Amino acid sequence: MLVTENVPAFVKCRRVCKSNLSALRCFKFRKNMKEVSNDELFAPGHRGCAGCGCTVAMRLALKVAGDNTVATHATGCMEVISSPYPETAWRIPWIHVAFENSAAVASGVEAALKALGKKDKVNVIAFGGDGGTVDIGLQALSGAMERGHDMLYICYDNEAYMNTGVQRSGATPYGASTTTSPPGSQSVGNDRPKKDMPQIIAAHNVPYVATASIAFPLDYMAKVEKALQVKGPSYIHIHASCTPGWGIPSDKGIEIPRLAVDSGMWVLYEIVNGDTRVTYKPAKKQSVKSYLKMQKRFKHLDEPAIEQIQAEIDKNWDKIFGGKS
Amino acid sequence: MQKLERDKPYRGVMDGNGAVVEAVRLCDVQVIAAYPITPQSHISEGLAKAAANGEIDSEYIKVESEHSAMSACIGASATGTRVFSATASQGLALMHEMLFAAAGLRLPIVLVNCNRALSAPLNIQNDQQDSITERDSGWIQLYCETAQESLDTTVQAYKIAENPSVMLPVMVCLDGFVLTHTVEPVDVPGKDTIKKFLPDFDSKIFLNPKKPMTIGAFAGSDSYTEFRHENEEAIQRSLKVIKDVDKEYGKLIGRGYGLIEEYKTDNADVILITLGSVAGTIKEVIDESEYGSTGLIRVKCYRPFPKNELLKALSKAKVVAVIEKDISLGLGEGALYSEIKGLLYNSNNKPKALNFIVGLGGRDVTSKYVKEIIYNSNKALDSKVQEVTWVGLKEEG
Repeated sequence: MLVTENVPAFVKCRRVCKSNLSALRCFKFRKNMKEVSNDELFAPGHRGCAGCGCTVAMRLALKVAGDNTVATHATGCMEVISSPYPETAWRIPWIHVAFENSAAVASGVEAALKALGKKDKVNVIAFGGDGGTVDIGLQALSGAMERGHDMLYICYDNEAYMNTGVQRSGATPYGASTTTSPPGSQSVGNDRPKKDMPQIIAAHNVPYVATASIAFPLDYMAKVEKALQVKGPSYIHIHASCTPGWGIPSDKGIEIPRLAVDSGMWVLYEIVNGDTRVTYKPAKKQSVKSYLKMQKRFKHLDEPAIEQIQAEIDKNWDKIFGGKS
Repeated sequence: MQKLERDKPYRGVMDGNGAVVEAVRLCDVQVIAAYPITPQSHISEGLAKAAANGEIDSEYIKVESEHSAMSACIGASATGTRVFSATASQGLALMHEMLFAAAGLRLPIVLVNCNRALSAPLNIQNDQQDSITERDSGWIQLYCETAQESLDTTVQAYKIAENPSVMLPVMVCLDGFVLTHTVEPVDVPGKDTIKKFLPDFDSKIFLNPKKPMTIGAFAGSDSYTEFRHENEEAIQRSLKVIKDVDKEYGKLIGRGYGLIEEYKTDNADVILITLGSVAGTIKEVIDESEYGSTGLIRVKCYRPFPKNELLKALSKAKVVAVIEKDISLGLGEGALYSEIKGLLYNSNNKPKALNFIVGLGGRDVTSKYVKEIIYNSNKALDSKVQEVTWVGLKEEG
């Protein structure tokens, strides 16, 4: 089967801290940001909002990947804020073509690097937001994953179409208010649960799938490191805040996604060759309410609605964290 | 790779799709991304077979859609490789968004389009509505009359596209079934000869970690107009390049086609104009026709539009009749006809203009129909004739 033997059992942390420990072990136990590269391949001075969470996902990924990387990008916030002609925030070769085809463009880049005999030396990373990944870009992504291209796809998920003014996407959580899922006398807000994208990619039997959060940078960077060492397709889905879209103060852009993980709204795990492993277990389970109440997009939810969301989380919590993690 | 018997020049018997596969082999394409569709499938299959047998050394991405085919071509071309794709009809329509992106990003992609009618109603047979609809996308469009020309044009397309003063994608159009599935003798040049004509692609601008570059930036109202203007200037510059490349190819291989092909147009009062394979039938009928003063222009290069060549060829015509396999719905005439009329508006010679819509959805354009067209066009010399005619339209009831 495709999934076997593609992920090395022991992934040495190459780029970030140069220790002899495995990447995950290194990050998980040392928790040492001082060792992280100072290179800013995603340059400061871009046009992102103050407190933008999504830029963190790109910036940290490139710290791990290094400058021997080609990136493709879906249309969206991160593309618009990073490449207003004649400026660019990208200090690596980078291409944007359209909204739905970051993965397809990356498969062309990968094939070209293979044809040129350079693929072994160069990382290919495709970036897309949740809209460009779980909705309009799903087909191109599915095709690229199924074909086994040697590339990493990173979805930065801020849970709605933020670039065009906060419209709901397939990744918008239940109850969230967006401009196309407004609450009202006949509406709770977004009336569908969040699409479980990492599991959809896992069903492609790719060697490496992981979730991450911008509030857990070492966990995330270790996963990027691991994903890049995979020969074949890998996928990381990183939860990232959007200050205007979520209705949060610009100094809460890390704190709130951390609460998402600590409350069980978002779970950090990885699937290596088909085996799932939770990579972070919250020391103390926080209430969902504490997460929801900090954001304008959930302000309208009444007690019964919050209880319903909490009940869903509780059901999953024991399943995920009940056993060994 | 070992030197193959097939690398020598030979005369083979093949259909238009087979001729395209041979062209791709000769051009040492590095990345192929294609999705099968009737009547293009023989190209997807033929290239897969050639790859399986080691006759070509390309990375072949078996994409999940035409949209991804062109997206992957864009990615691969932007990484500095020579790329190829082929499609038809619905596939071309699905690529629509990416066609504009490929031209705007100035990538020398070569795409073969096997002309087929667009749905609805669903139809798999030939007309040219699909590629005509993409005329504003910024692609160079070259229409072929024979399988031989399909091979020659595909090879030429790379040389045109990769010219540093052009750097634009080229669409080679073959009439579905009429060319794609009809077998004829084809002279296949030797690989050494083509290597001389078409050296390896040496991209100057590409995604290179040693020299980082942003491709596909966001351009606001302060610069978008200039990008579009540069695009137009590039495609205008390509006119001369297309002519020169054709001449060079002619010198080396012995076959050339020009921007337009004129057939018996000298002193002709009536000049027919068309695109693609139907020109063959028209030439035959002209030869047999009692109307001695009828000639034909086959527009080989449709984009860029060869205005000067056409104006010169039409400078003495009294009647111009455009025969085409497309219709601009709501305008009530074909696109080529509108453009020819527009061209003549500012010229000194103002012939009568007629439009004949033929061959939609694969309806045969028989010599009987062509005779009718020639008869009516000659009648227009001295009497009034309906401007636009849907040839062979069945009466209701």
